[in-house]
Amino acid sequence: MSATLDDNTIETTTPAWLAELQTAALKDYETTPAPTRRDEAWRYSDLSALKLDTFVEAKPVESEGRLINSSRGLDQTAAKLVFGNNALLHADTASLPAGVVVAPLDVAARDHAEIFRRYFMAQPVELGSHKYAALHKARVTGGTFIHVPANVEVTLPIEVFHWVEGENASVFPHTLIICGENSKVTVLDYFQSSDNQRAFACGVNDLHLERGAKLNYVAVQNWSPTSLAFHINSTIVARDATSSALSLNFGGGFVRGESLSRLDGEGSRSEMLSINPLDGARIVDQRTLQDHASPGASSDLLYLNSLDGTSRSIFAGLIKVEEGAHRTDAYQKVRNLMLSNDAEANSMPGLEILADDVRCTHGATSGEINEDELFYMQARGIRKEDGRRLIVNGFFQSLLERVESAPLREYLGIKVTERLGLPV
Amino acid sequence: MSLEIKDLHANIGDREILKGLNLTIPKGEVHAIMGKNGSGKSTLAKVMAGHPSYEVTSGDVLLDGESLFGLEPDQRARAGLFLAFQYPMEIPGVTIANFIRAALQARLPEGEELEAVEYYKSLYAHMDALKMPRTFTSRSVNDGFSGGEKKRCEVLQLAMLKPAYAVLDETDSGLDIDALKIVAEGVNTLRSPDTGFLVITHYQRLLNYIVPDVVHVMVDGRIVRSGGKDLALKLEAEGYDWIEKELLATA
Repeated sequence: MSATLDDNTIETTTPAWLAELQTAALKDYETTPAPTRRDEAWRYSDLSALKLDTFVEAKPVESEGRLINSSRGLDQTAAKLVFGNNALLHADTASLPAGVVVAPLDVAARDHAEIFRRYFMAQPVELGSHKYAALHKARVTGGTFIHVPANVEVTLPIEVFHWVEGENASVFPHTLIICGENSKVTVLDYFQSSDNQRAFACGVNDLHLERGAKLNYVAVQNWSPTSLAFHINSTIVARDATSSALSLNFGGGFVRGESLSRLDGEGSRSEMLSINPLDGARIVDQRTLQDHASPGASSDLLYLNSLDGTSRSIFAGLIKVEEGAHRTDAYQKVRNLMLSNDAEANSMPGLEILADDVRCTHGATSGEINEDELFYMQARGIRKEDGRRLIVNGFFQSLLERVESAPLREYLGIKVTERLGLPV
Repeated sequence: MSLEIKDLHANIGDREILKGLNLTIPKGEVHAIMGKNGSGKSTLAKVMAGHPSYEVTSGDVLLDGESLFGLEPDQRARAGLFLAFQYPMEIPGVTIANFIRAALQARLPEGEELEAVEYYKSLYAHMDALKMPRTFTSRSVNDGFSGGEKKRCEVLQLAMLKPAYAVLDETDSGLDIDALKIVAEGVNTLRSPDTGFLVITHYQRLLNYIVPDVVHVMVDGRIVRSGGKDLALKLEAEGYDWIEKELLATA
């Protein structure tokens, strides 16, 4: 780390309790050893990608107007926030239902201190990136706090854009969502580079669903292709609540994703979906945990990777059924579509079952494009390269069929299609 | 103007399937090939379309005088050849609308965009004619389709792409009589002086609905008899044995 990033100047507006937390987190970061090759949580990963010494603290963005204008998502939203290099550039929360809070972290820490303190990074980071989560905790300034009170439904989605700008700039995007009992909300996070520079993003999102709540969370990650990114997620689902989280990893040079779902009540449900079109020399390293802490809950994970060039995917996932978590229904599937002989997919699905009467399925498959499908397309006049892209697109679009909202499904379908260079 | 197959020999692996096949389909005519299973009918269709599993050892296929060999399958299609598959592939996640659009887009000059409103208008009109519900446009190509739906989808593509020559490989297989009528009607409306058809079939039944100008009989990788539609009726009534006997006698 450079002196700039390690420099622990806390803004004067930060409440004392948060400043204390951040000081302790920095110490935690500094004293926690970096991952080594012997570390199971980093098996098959590229540890050389984790050198942080060239990254610097991000300066305020220069192209504020352009970034706000480029923060275009869905036509209609309940709220929209735009962050550039950790600072809030724009906020429109006028269409939110009464009682719903969508605020930048610093405001939330001041105005909603009690609930903020209860949930802010309250989950232990168990999937290998404790050190980087500590760094995030120490450095975080920008990010969103969303609280939907009990029985409130936010019909339109909430969108948040996180931009990074400048060579070797570091950003620490944060998303904290608390869904009260029987509330309902859809949140989209966009992670984008303002330029083609290499950047460092170290993001955390924590999703909390209280009894009967329903959350749809989508992360559209499009960092520059040389960037290093961490996205550390935890989702805690209470009784009868349903979480559906989808990550689209379109960019980044080395992306480490950690995703933990804890099923914390009977009838709770968590869906974990990921779409990863990999090309060039990009690496996406994903670790997941489906932690069934209570009986009668279900979790369903589906990760899809397409691998071109010399790209690499690493997946290690564990379904953990804790003692007493009877009648668990857990599913975990990773599918790799190999588009190049030089690409590599490593998949390590895992199970740990300490209860009875459970149904767990897990598996990983790797395959190439079916030549007969390709021939069929060519026989219609479609060029081979376009046919391949259509088939890859189809591979991903099949997953999007799980997105419940039709307009959102169509919108995300267009995003994927565009990413693959196909006309929409 | 014709689709001309000249002394075509083709192998799969070490086995020769087509053994010197000659056939000319002038534009505006409908030709049928009948033959028993294993006579090489489907191989002929796939070889013409350029399937990579087959090796052409000699001979040629000329589309309006230009050789198809040396062209990629997609180039052959854009040159005007269409193959309706016996077993159409299922392509999950690719909708029929997007699939046909991509095929039409591939025929436009670089930089030119297909006009979307006109496209859907034309697509819907053809779907209505084939009694395909419009919801099919957003369904994945052949994914979970019944046999009849798959064949209707092939004819829909044929209608949308308007090729100069269409080869229909066992388009009647797996169809009940109602579906067969719809598919045949779809083909019949496309009959024109600008299009040549080669209908490959195992049964005479289809030829009651798509009435051919010429019927060819294929045995062991060659065309051994050609005649009018009466030939198909004779095959239906008497089977293939008499032809094989005649062939043995002349051999």
